[in-house]
Amino acid sequence: MIENKSREKESDKPAGASRRDFLKQSSVITAIALTPAAAVKASDLKLDEKLSAAMEQMPLNIEINGKPYNLKVEPRLTLLDLLRERLKLTGTKKGCDQGQCGACTVHVNGVRTNSCLSLAIMNEGAKVTTIEGLAKGETLHPMQEAFIKHDGFQCGYCTPGQIMSAVACIHEGHAGSDDEIREFMSGNICRCGAYANIVNAIKEVKAEGKV
Amino acid sequence: MNNFQYSRVSSQAAAIAEVAKNPSAKFVAGGTNLIDLMKYGVMAPDKLIDINHTGAASIKKETGTLHIGATVTNSVAAENADVLKYQPLLSQAMLMGASPQLRNKATMGGNLLQRTRCAYFYDISAPCNKREPGSGCSAIEGYNRMHAIFGASEACIAVNPSDMNVALVALDAVIMVSGPKGSRKIPMADFHRLPGSHPELDSTLDRKEIITGIVIPDNKLAGHTTYLKVRDRTSYAFALISVAVALEMEGNTIKDIRLAMGGVAHKPWRLTAAEQMLKGKTASVDNFRMAAELAMKGAKAYEHNAFKLKMAPNTMIQALKTASGIKA
Repeated sequence: MIENKSREKESDKPAGASRRDFLKQSSVITAIALTPAAAVKASDLKLDEKLSAAMEQMPLNIEINGKPYNLKVEPRLTLLDLLRERLKLTGTKKGCDQGQCGACTVHVNGVRTNSCLSLAIMNEGAKVTTIEGLAKGETLHPMQEAFIKHDGFQCGYCTPGQIMSAVACIHEGHAGSDDEIREFMSGNICRCGAYANIVNAIKEVKAEGKV
Repeated sequence: MNNFQYSRVSSQAAAIAEVAKNPSAKFVAGGTNLIDLMKYGVMAPDKLIDINHTGAASIKKETGTLHIGATVTNSVAAENADVLKYQPLLSQAMLMGASPQLRNKATMGGNLLQRTRCAYFYDISAPCNKREPGSGCSAIEGYNRMHAIFGASEACIAVNPSDMNVALVALDAVIMVSGPKGSRKIPMADFHRLPGSHPELDSTLDRKEIITGIVIPDNKLAGHTTYLKVRDRTSYAFALISVAVALEMEGNTIKDIRLAMGGVAHKPWRLTAAEQMLKGKTASVDNFRMAAELAMKGAKAYEHNAFKLKMAPNTMIQALKTASGIKA
Protein backbone atom coordinates (compact mmCIF):
# COMPACT_ATOMS: atom_id res chain seq x y z
CA MET A 1 0.00 0.00 0.00
CA ILE A 2 2.58 2.42 1.17
CA GLU A 3 4.94 1.18 -1.48
CA ASN A 4 2.38 1.77 -4.24
CA LYS A 5 1.75 5.28 -3.05
CA SER A 6 5.43 6.04 -3.15
CA ARG A 7 5.73 4.63 -6.64
CA GLU A 8 2.92 6.88 -7.82
CA LYS A 9 4.77 9.79 -6.34
CA GLU A 10 7.91 8.76 -8.12
CA SER A 11 6.07 8.52 -11.46
CA ASP A 12 4.92 12.11 -10.97
CA LYS A 13 8.51 13.20 -11.24
CA PRO A 14 9.34 14.81 -14.56
CA ALA A 15 11.29 12.70 -17.00
CA GLY A 16 14.97 13.50 -16.98
CA ALA A 17 15.25 13.76 -13.20
CA SER A 18 18.90 13.56 -12.27
CA ARG A 19 20.62 10.35 -11.28
CA ARG A 20 21.17 11.84 -7.83
CA ASP A 21 17.42 12.50 -7.45
CA PHE A 22 16.69 8.97 -8.56
CA LEU A 23 19.12 7.52 -6.03
CA LYS A 24 17.61 9.63 -3.28
CA GLN A 25 14.10 8.53 -4.28
CA SER A 26 14.93 4.88 -4.55
CA SER A 27 16.66 4.76 -1.19
CA VAL A 28 13.64 6.48 0.35
CA ILE A 29 11.41 3.81 -1.19
CA THR A 30 13.63 1.07 0.22
CA ALA A 31 13.60 2.69 3.63
CA ILE A 32 9.83 3.05 3.59
CA ALA A 33 9.36 -0.57 2.52
CA LEU A 34 11.40 -1.70 5.49
CA THR A 35 10.02 0.69 8.10
CA PRO A 36 7.03 0.20 10.42
CA ALA A 37 3.95 2.25 9.55
CA ALA A 38 4.20 4.52 12.61
CA ALA A 39 7.73 5.51 11.71
CA VAL A 40 6.67 6.20 8.14
CA LYS A 41 3.93 8.47 9.40
CA ALA A 42 6.41 10.23 11.67
CA SER A 43 8.69 10.59 8.70
CA ASP A 44 5.86 12.05 6.57
CA LEU A 45 5.30 14.69 9.21
CA LYS A 46 9.07 15.33 9.30
CA LEU A 47 9.06 14.58 13.01
CA ASP A 48 12.51 13.03 12.81
CA GLU A 49 13.91 16.23 11.36
CA LYS A 50 12.19 18.29 14.01
CA LEU A 51 13.52 15.95 16.67
CA SER A 52 17.06 16.16 15.39
CA ALA A 53 16.79 19.94 15.05
CA ALA A 54 15.88 20.07 18.71
CA MET A 55 19.02 18.11 19.61
CA GLU A 56 21.94 20.09 20.80
CA GLN A 57 23.28 22.45 18.17
CA MET A 58 26.63 23.96 18.90
CA PRO A 59 28.28 27.07 17.51
CA LEU A 60 31.15 26.58 15.10
CA ASN A 61 33.37 29.27 13.69
CA ILE A 62 35.35 27.96 10.78
CA GLU A 63 37.07 29.41 7.74
CA ILE A 64 36.69 27.48 4.51
CA ASN A 65 38.63 28.50 1.41
CA GLY A 66 39.23 31.93 2.91
CA LYS A 67 35.57 32.55 3.77
CA PRO A 68 34.52 32.71 7.45
CA TYR A 69 31.40 30.84 8.54
CA ASN A 70 29.46 31.12 11.80
CA LEU A 71 27.44 27.92 11.96
CA LYS A 72 25.43 25.78 14.33
CA VAL A 73 26.09 22.08 14.05
CA GLU A 74 25.19 18.83 15.74
CA PRO A 75 28.25 17.29 17.41
CA ARG A 76 27.96 14.19 15.20
CA LEU A 77 28.26 16.11 11.92
CA THR A 78 31.55 15.27 10.23
CA LEU A 79 33.63 17.90 8.50
CA LEU A 80 32.98 16.01 5.25
CA ASP A 81 29.20 16.18 5.64
CA LEU A 82 29.42 19.83 6.66
CA LEU A 83 31.29 20.60 3.43
CA ARG A 84 29.12 18.54 1.13
CA GLU A 85 25.64 18.55 2.62
CA ARG A 86 25.47 21.90 4.39
CA LEU A 87 27.78 24.12 2.37
CA LYS A 88 27.33 22.33 -0.98
CA LEU A 89 31.07 22.15 -1.51
CA THR A 90 30.75 18.81 -3.25
CA GLY A 91 34.25 18.79 -4.71
CA THR A 92 35.40 16.87 -1.64
CA LYS A 93 34.23 13.29 -2.18
CA LYS A 94 32.76 10.70 0.15
CA GLY A 95 34.31 7.36 -0.70
CA CYS A 96 34.42 4.82 2.12
CA ASP A 97 33.46 7.28 4.90
CA GLN A 98 35.76 5.24 7.17
CA GLY A 99 39.21 6.73 6.68
CA GLN A 100 40.35 3.99 4.34
CA CYS A 101 40.30 5.60 0.88
CA GLY A 102 41.41 9.25 1.16
CA ALA A 103 38.75 10.62 -1.25
CA CYS A 104 37.68 13.10 1.46
CA THR A 105 41.16 14.56 2.02
CA VAL A 106 41.20 18.31 2.79
CA HIS A 107 43.75 20.59 4.43
CA VAL A 108 42.99 21.71 7.99
CA ASN A 109 45.35 24.46 9.07
CA GLY A 110 47.60 23.33 6.23
CA VAL A 111 47.65 19.68 7.33
CA ARG A 112 46.04 16.99 5.19
CA THR A 113 43.21 15.24 6.97
CA ASN A 114 40.49 12.67 6.29
CA SER A 115 37.44 14.92 6.66
CA CYS A 116 35.18 11.86 7.10
CA LEU A 117 36.81 11.03 10.46
CA SER A 118 36.89 14.59 11.74
CA LEU A 119 33.92 15.97 13.63
CA ALA A 120 33.10 19.45 12.34
CA ILE A 121 32.75 20.74 15.91
CA MET A 122 36.35 19.74 16.64
CA ASN A 123 37.53 22.20 13.97
CA GLU A 124 36.60 25.36 15.87
CA GLY A 125 38.70 28.24 14.57
CA ALA A 126 40.30 26.10 11.88
CA LYS A 127 41.22 27.17 8.37
CA VAL A 128 40.10 24.54 5.88
CA THR A 129 41.12 24.32 2.24
CA THR A 130 39.15 22.07 -0.10
CA ILE A 131 39.69 21.32 -3.78
CA GLU A 132 37.44 24.32 -4.55
CA GLY A 133 39.91 26.58 -2.78
CA LEU A 134 42.99 25.45 -4.67
CA ALA A 135 42.51 27.24 -7.99
CA LYS A 136 42.91 31.02 -8.18
CA GLY A 137 39.80 32.11 -10.05
CA GLU A 138 40.01 30.55 -13.50
CA THR A 139 43.68 29.67 -13.08
CA LEU A 140 44.13 26.07 -12.01
CA HIS A 141 46.60 25.13 -9.30
CA PRO A 142 49.83 23.66 -10.78
CA MET A 143 48.89 20.25 -9.32
CA GLN A 144 45.52 20.36 -11.05
CA GLU A 145 47.26 21.26 -14.34
CA ALA A 146 49.74 18.41 -13.86
CA PHE A 147 47.00 15.84 -13.17
CA ILE A 148 45.33 16.85 -16.45
CA LYS A 149 48.60 16.82 -18.40
CA HIS A 150 49.69 13.43 -17.05
CA ASP A 151 46.25 11.84 -17.14
CA GLY A 152 46.35 11.27 -13.39
CA PHE A 153 42.80 9.91 -13.31
CA GLN A 154 40.15 7.97 -15.18
CA CYS A 155 36.78 8.15 -13.42
CA GLY A 156 37.92 11.15 -11.38
CA TYR A 157 36.19 10.27 -8.13
CA CYS A 158 39.36 9.99 -6.04
CA THR A 159 40.98 12.96 -7.81
CA PRO A 160 40.10 15.84 -5.44
CA GLY A 161 41.51 13.80 -2.54
CA GLN A 162 44.55 12.78 -4.59
CA ILE A 163 45.28 16.40 -5.52
CA MET A 164 44.87 17.70 -1.95
CA SER A 165 47.12 14.92 -0.71
CA ALA A 166 49.66 15.51 -3.50
CA VAL A 167 49.99 19.22 -2.64
CA ALA A 168 50.52 18.32 1.04
CA CYS A 169 52.97 15.57 0.10
CA ILE A 170 55.23 18.19 -1.52
CA HIS A 171 54.74 20.73 1.31
CA GLU A 172 55.73 18.07 3.85
CA GLY A 173 58.91 17.29 1.93
CA HIS A 174 57.84 13.73 1.14
CA ALA A 175 58.12 13.86 -2.64
CA GLY A 176 61.85 13.22 -2.89
CA SER A 177 61.69 10.02 -4.95
CA ASP A 178 59.17 7.79 -6.70
CA ASP A 179 59.20 5.39 -3.73
CA GLU A 180 58.73 8.17 -1.22
CA ILE A 181 55.83 9.62 -3.24
CA ARG A 182 54.18 6.19 -3.44
CA GLU A 183 54.59 5.64 0.32
CA PHE A 184 53.30 9.09 1.28
CA MET A 185 50.41 8.92 -1.20
CA SER A 186 49.35 5.49 0.08
CA GLY A 187 46.39 6.97 1.95
CA ASN A 188 44.68 7.77 -1.35
CA ILE A 189 43.27 4.77 -3.15
CA CYS A 190 42.56 4.92 -6.91
CA ARG A 191 40.55 1.96 -8.14
CA CYS A 192 41.11 2.95 -11.77
CA GLY A 193 44.81 2.44 -11.11
CA ALA A 194 46.12 5.82 -12.27
CA TYR A 195 48.97 5.60 -9.76
CA ALA A 196 51.85 5.74 -12.25
CA ASN A 197 50.48 8.93 -13.82
CA ILE A 198 49.79 10.46 -10.40
CA VAL A 199 53.43 9.88 -9.43
CA ASN A 200 54.52 11.56 -12.69
CA ALA A 201 52.28 14.56 -12.03
CA ILE A 202 53.66 15.03 -8.50
CA LYS A 203 57.25 14.62 -9.68
CA GLU A 204 56.81 17.30 -12.31
CA VAL A 205 55.21 19.80 -9.94
CA LYS A 206 57.95 19.13 -7.39
CA ALA A 207 60.67 19.58 -10.03
CA GLU A 208 59.15 22.84 -11.24
CA GLY A 209 59.17 24.13 -7.68
CA LYS A 210 55.74 25.73 -8.08
CA VAL A 211 54.35 24.24 -4.86
CA MET B 1 25.90 7.75 14.05
CA ASN B 2 23.94 8.17 17.28
CA ASN B 3 23.93 11.72 18.50
CA PHE B 4 25.94 12.64 21.56
CA GLN B 5 26.95 15.60 23.63
CA TYR B 6 30.29 17.27 23.09
CA SER B 7 32.43 19.30 25.43
CA ARG B 8 35.85 20.86 25.07
CA VAL B 9 38.04 20.93 28.15
CA SER B 10 41.16 22.99 28.68
CA SER B 11 42.96 20.97 31.34
CA GLN B 12 43.58 17.37 32.31
CA ALA B 13 41.92 18.01 35.68
CA ALA B 14 38.78 19.22 33.93
CA ALA B 15 38.86 16.16 31.65
CA ILE B 16 39.06 13.81 34.64
CA ALA B 17 36.23 15.62 36.46
CA GLU B 18 34.07 15.57 33.32
CA VAL B 19 34.51 11.86 32.52
CA ALA B 20 33.74 10.92 36.15
CA LYS B 21 30.33 12.58 35.87
CA ASN B 22 29.05 10.46 32.99
CA PRO B 23 29.70 6.68 32.88
CA SER B 24 29.15 6.63 29.12
CA ALA B 25 31.46 9.55 28.31
CA LYS B 26 34.63 9.02 26.30
CA PHE B 27 37.68 11.14 25.65
CA VAL B 28 38.35 12.05 22.04
CA ALA B 29 41.63 13.35 20.59
CA GLY B 30 42.33 12.41 16.95
CA GLY B 31 39.15 10.39 16.75
CA THR B 32 40.43 8.31 13.82
CA ASN B 33 39.42 5.06 15.51
CA LEU B 34 36.61 6.16 17.83
CA ILE B 35 34.59 8.07 15.22
CA ASP B 36 34.95 5.14 12.83
CA LEU B 37 33.66 2.76 15.53
CA MET B 38 30.79 5.14 16.31
CA LYS B 39 29.77 5.14 12.64
CA TYR B 40 29.63 1.35 12.72
CA GLY B 41 27.63 1.40 15.96
CA VAL B 42 30.36 -0.58 17.73
CA MET B 43 30.74 2.20 20.29
CA ALA B 44 28.02 4.68 21.22
CA PRO B 45 29.18 7.05 23.97
CA ASP B 46 26.65 9.60 25.26
CA LYS B 47 29.31 12.24 25.43
CA LEU B 48 32.66 13.03 23.86
CA ILE B 49 35.17 15.07 25.83
CA ASP B 50 37.65 16.77 23.51
CA ILE B 51 41.09 16.63 25.17
CA ASN B 52 43.09 18.22 22.34
CA HIS B 53 43.54 21.46 24.29
CA THR B 54 44.75 20.09 27.62
CA GLY B 55 48.40 21.06 27.27
CA ALA B 56 49.70 17.56 26.47
CA ALA B 57 50.99 18.26 22.97
CA SER B 58 54.72 18.66 23.49
CA ILE B 59 57.83 16.49 23.26
CA LYS B 60 60.54 17.07 25.86
CA LYS B 61 64.00 15.57 26.12
CA GLU B 62 64.85 15.39 29.80
CA THR B 63 67.84 13.90 31.57
CA GLY B 64 67.64 10.16 31.00
CA THR B 65 64.24 10.18 29.35
CA LEU B 66 62.21 11.34 26.39
CA HIS B 67 58.71 12.55 27.28
CA ILE B 68 56.03 12.56 24.57
CA GLY B 69 52.71 14.22 25.41
CA ALA B 70 49.54 12.18 24.97
CA THR B 71 47.99 14.43 22.33
CA VAL B 72 51.10 14.78 20.16
CA THR B 73 50.11 13.41 16.75
CA ASN B 74 51.85 10.37 15.31
CA SER B 75 53.13 12.49 12.38
CA VAL B 76 54.70 15.09 14.64
CA ALA B 77 56.29 12.47 16.91
CA ALA B 78 57.61 10.41 14.00
CA GLU B 79 59.43 13.41 12.53
CA ASN B 80 60.55 15.00 15.79
CA ALA B 81 64.33 15.50 15.97
CA ASP B 82 64.65 14.09 19.51
CA VAL B 83 62.54 11.03 18.69
CA LEU B 84 64.67 10.39 15.59
CA LYS B 85 67.88 10.86 17.55
CA TYR B 86 67.07 8.98 20.76
CA GLN B 87 64.31 6.53 19.78
CA PRO B 88 64.47 5.98 16.00
CA LEU B 89 62.69 2.61 16.34
CA LEU B 90 59.55 4.42 17.50
CA SER B 91 59.64 6.71 14.47
CA GLN B 92 60.17 3.78 12.09
CA ALA B 93 57.23 1.87 13.54
CA MET B 94 54.88 4.85 13.50
CA LEU B 95 55.68 5.68 9.87
CA MET B 96 54.60 2.16 8.91
CA GLY B 97 51.22 2.63 10.56
CA ALA B 98 48.10 3.91 8.83
CA SER B 99 48.39 6.68 6.18
CA PRO B 100 49.85 10.20 6.32
CA GLN B 101 46.36 11.69 6.71
CA LEU B 102 45.50 9.39 9.61
CA ARG B 103 48.87 9.92 11.30
CA ASN B 104 48.24 13.67 11.09
CA LYS B 105 45.21 13.21 13.36
CA ALA B 106 46.00 10.08 15.40
CA THR B 107 47.62 10.85 18.75
CA MET B 108 50.07 8.94 20.94
CA GLY B 109 47.46 8.32 23.64
CA GLY B 110 44.80 7.38 21.11
CA ASN B 111 47.10 4.94 19.33
CA LEU B 112 47.77 3.23 22.69
CA LEU B 113 44.02 2.71 22.99
CA GLN B 114 43.43 1.75 19.37
CA ARG B 115 40.96 -1.12 19.29
CA THR B 116 41.35 -4.39 17.43
CA ARG B 117 40.57 -4.54 13.72
CA CYS B 118 38.98 -8.01 14.01
CA ALA B 119 36.18 -7.92 11.40
CA TYR B 120 33.75 -9.59 13.82
CA PHE B 121 34.34 -6.84 16.38
CA TYR B 122 33.28 -4.32 13.72
CA ASP B 123 30.30 -6.40 12.51
CA ILE B 124 27.53 -5.61 14.98
CA SER B 125 25.44 -8.51 13.67
CA ALA B 126 28.10 -11.06 14.70
CA PRO B 127 28.71 -12.38 18.21
CA CYS B 128 31.86 -10.84 19.74
CA ASN B 129 32.93 -11.09 23.37
CA LYS B 130 34.99 -7.94 23.08
CA ARG B 131 32.06 -5.84 21.86
CA GLU B 132 29.34 -7.67 23.76
CA PRO B 133 30.71 -9.76 26.64
CA GLY B 134 29.21 -13.24 26.78
CA SER B 135 27.93 -13.26 23.19
CA GLY B 136 30.65 -15.59 21.92
CA CYS B 137 33.64 -15.35 19.59
CA SER B 138 32.93 -15.53 15.87
CA ALA B 139 36.60 -15.61 14.93
CA ILE B 140 37.63 -18.88 16.60
CA GLU B 141 35.57 -20.92 14.12
CA GLY B 142 35.41 -18.14 11.52
CA TYR B 143 37.80 -16.44 9.11
CA ASN B 144 40.74 -15.95 11.42
CA ARG B 145 43.57 -15.16 9.03
CA MET B 146 44.54 -11.92 10.84
CA HIS B 147 44.26 -13.37 14.34
CA ALA B 148 46.48 -14.23 17.29
CA ILE B 149 49.00 -17.03 17.63
CA PHE B 150 50.10 -16.12 21.17
CA GLY B 151 48.18 -15.59 24.41
CA ALA B 152 44.66 -15.97 23.01
CA SER B 153 41.77 -17.40 25.03
CA GLU B 154 38.55 -19.29 24.42
CA ALA B 155 36.82 -15.92 24.60
CA CYS B 156 38.89 -13.89 22.11
CA ILE B 157 41.66 -14.37 19.54
CA ALA B 158 41.86 -10.75 18.35
CA VAL B 159 45.18 -8.92 17.96
CA ASN B 160 46.29 -5.42 18.91
CA PRO B 161 46.65 -3.62 15.56
CA SER B 162 49.13 -0.89 16.51
CA ASP B 163 52.67 -0.60 15.15
CA MET B 164 53.56 2.14 17.63
CA ASN B 165 52.75 -0.16 20.54
CA VAL B 166 55.22 -2.80 19.33
CA ALA B 167 58.06 -0.26 19.38
CA LEU B 168 56.97 1.15 22.75
CA VAL B 169 56.96 -2.25 24.46
CA ALA B 170 60.41 -3.00 23.01
CA LEU B 171 61.71 0.33 24.31
CA ASP B 172 60.48 -0.19 27.91
CA ALA B 173 58.20 2.83 27.66
CA VAL B 174 56.18 3.94 30.67
CA ILE B 175 52.64 5.24 30.29
CA MET B 176 51.82 8.24 32.48
CA VAL B 177 48.19 8.39 33.59
CA SER B 178 46.10 10.57 35.89
CA GLY B 179 42.75 9.93 37.50
CA PRO B 180 40.52 10.90 40.43
CA LYS B 181 42.91 9.05 42.76
CA GLY B 182 46.02 10.80 41.47
CA SER B 183 48.74 9.94 38.97
CA ARG B 184 50.46 6.64 38.30
CA LYS B 185 52.94 5.11 35.88
CA ILE B 186 52.13 1.94 33.98
CA PRO B 187 55.01 0.04 32.35
CA MET B 188 54.13 -0.53 28.68
CA ALA B 189 54.36 -4.32 29.12
CA ASP B 190 51.54 -4.11 31.70
CA PHE B 191 49.43 -1.51 29.88
CA HIS B 192 47.72 -3.91 27.47
CA ARG B 193 46.17 -7.15 28.68
CA LEU B 194 45.68 -10.64 27.36
CA PRO B 195 42.01 -11.38 26.67
CA GLY B 196 41.45 -14.13 29.26
CA SER B 197 37.77 -14.15 30.18
CA HIS B 198 37.48 -10.34 29.86
CA PRO B 199 38.36 -9.45 26.27
CA GLU B 200 36.18 -6.35 26.55
CA LEU B 201 39.10 -4.81 28.44
CA ASP B 202 42.00 -3.97 26.12
CA SER B 203 44.14 -2.29 28.75
CA THR B 204 44.65 -1.82 32.48
CA LEU B 205 43.71 1.85 32.24
CA ASP B 206 40.67 2.71 34.35
CA ARG B 207 37.74 4.36 32.56
CA LYS B 208 38.13 7.44 34.76
CA GLU B 209 41.83 7.82 34.01
CA ILE B 210 43.44 9.87 31.27
CA ILE B 211 46.76 9.18 29.57
CA THR B 212 48.96 12.25 29.97
CA GLY B 213 52.12 11.11 28.24
CA ILE B 214 54.65 8.44 27.35
CA VAL B 215 58.12 8.33 28.87
CA ILE B 216 60.90 6.38 27.19
CA PRO B 217 64.13 5.83 29.13
CA ASP B 218 67.39 6.54 27.29
CA ASN B 219 69.24 3.55 25.91
CA LYS B 220 72.23 2.76 23.71
CA LEU B 221 70.13 1.07 21.06
CA ALA B 222 69.66 3.91 18.58
CA GLY B 223 72.41 2.75 16.23
CA HIS B 224 70.83 -0.54 15.18
CA THR B 225 67.07 -0.46 14.89
CA THR B 226 64.65 -2.12 12.47
CA TYR B 227 60.89 -2.27 12.28
CA LEU B 228 59.96 -4.89 9.71
CA LYS B 229 56.29 -5.13 8.84
CA VAL B 230 54.86 -7.83 6.59
CA ARG B 231 51.42 -7.03 5.19
CA ASP B 232 49.09 -7.76 2.29
CA ARG B 233 50.13 -4.65 0.36
CA THR B 234 53.29 -2.56 0.41
CA SER B 235 51.81 0.24 2.47
CA TYR B 236 48.69 1.24 4.40
CA ALA B 237 47.65 -2.16 5.73
CA PHE B 238 47.65 -3.78 9.15
CA ALA B 239 50.48 -6.14 9.99
CA LEU B 240 50.24 -9.85 9.37
CA ILE B 241 53.49 -9.99 11.31
CA SER B 242 55.75 -7.16 12.42
CA VAL B 243 58.99 -7.27 14.35
CA ALA B 244 60.74 -4.48 16.23
CA VAL B 245 64.46 -4.91 16.88
CA ALA B 246 66.89 -2.61 18.66
CA LEU B 247 70.48 -3.67 19.27
CA GLU B 248 73.55 -2.36 21.00
CA MET B 249 76.47 -3.92 19.15
CA GLU B 250 80.09 -4.27 20.20
CA GLY B 251 81.86 -5.42 17.09
CA ASN B 252 79.89 -8.48 16.06
CA THR B 253 78.60 -9.13 19.58
CA ILE B 254 75.10 -8.26 20.70
CA LYS B 255 75.70 -6.32 23.90
CA ASP B 256 72.05 -5.43 24.49
CA ILE B 257 68.85 -6.24 22.67
CA ARG B 258 65.12 -5.47 22.55
CA LEU B 259 62.72 -7.61 20.52
CA ALA B 260 58.95 -7.40 20.12
CA MET B 261 56.35 -8.70 17.69
CA GLY B 262 53.08 -7.28 16.36
CA GLY B 263 50.09 -8.91 14.69
CA VAL B 264 50.38 -11.98 16.92
CA ALA B 265 48.61 -11.27 20.21
CA HIS B 266 46.02 -9.22 22.10
CA LYS B 267 48.94 -7.06 23.26
CA PRO B 268 52.26 -6.04 21.71
CA TRP B 269 54.34 -9.18 22.23
CA ARG B 270 57.74 -8.74 23.86
CA LEU B 271 60.12 -11.62 23.07
CA THR B 272 61.97 -11.80 26.38
CA ALA B 273 63.28 -15.38 26.08
CA ALA B 274 64.79 -14.69 22.66
CA GLU B 275 66.35 -11.47 23.99
CA GLN B 276 68.00 -13.32 26.86
CA MET B 277 69.29 -16.01 24.52
CA LEU B 278 70.87 -13.50 22.12
CA LYS B 279 72.35 -11.15 24.71
CA GLY B 280 76.13 -11.50 24.66
CA LYS B 281 76.07 -13.76 21.60
CA THR B 282 77.53 -13.19 18.15
CA ALA B 283 75.17 -11.81 15.52
CA SER B 284 74.81 -14.79 13.21
CA VAL B 285 72.00 -16.40 11.24
CA ASP B 286 72.37 -19.58 13.29
CA ASN B 287 71.91 -17.72 16.55
CA PHE B 288 68.97 -15.78 15.09
CA ARG B 289 67.36 -19.09 14.02
CA MET B 290 67.74 -20.52 17.50
CA ALA B 291 66.30 -17.38 19.05
CA ALA B 292 63.36 -17.48 16.64
CA GLU B 293 62.65 -21.08 17.60
CA LEU B 294 62.63 -20.04 21.23
CA ALA B 295 60.37 -17.09 20.47
CA MET B 296 57.80 -19.34 18.80
CA LYS B 297 57.38 -21.67 21.77
CA GLY B 298 53.74 -21.86 22.78
CA ALA B 299 52.46 -20.43 19.49
CA LYS B 300 49.09 -21.80 18.42
CA ALA B 301 47.45 -21.27 15.04
CA TYR B 302 43.80 -21.42 13.96
CA GLU B 303 42.30 -22.60 10.70
CA HIS B 304 43.35 -19.67 8.52
CA ASN B 305 46.46 -18.25 10.17
CA ALA B 306 48.83 -21.25 10.29
CA PHE B 307 51.05 -19.32 7.85
CA LYS B 308 51.97 -17.00 10.72
CA LEU B 309 53.82 -19.88 12.42
CA LYS B 310 56.38 -19.68 9.59
CA MET B 311 56.09 -16.01 8.76
CA ALA B 312 56.74 -14.90 12.36
CA PRO B 313 60.15 -16.58 12.85
CA ASN B 314 61.21 -15.69 9.29
CA THR B 315 60.30 -12.04 9.84
CA MET B 316 62.17 -12.04 13.13
CA ILE B 317 65.32 -13.52 11.56
CA GLN B 318 65.19 -11.02 8.69
CA ALA B 319 64.68 -8.09 11.07
CA LEU B 320 67.64 -9.21 13.19
CA LYS B 321 69.81 -9.55 10.09
CA THR B 322 68.87 -6.05 8.93
CA ALA B 323 69.39 -4.46 12.34
CA SER B 324 72.76 -6.13 12.93
CA GLY B 325 73.85 -5.55 9.33
CA ILE B 326 74.95 -9.12 8.69
CA LYS B 327 74.46 -10.57 5.22
CA ALA B 328 73.78 -14.23 4.34
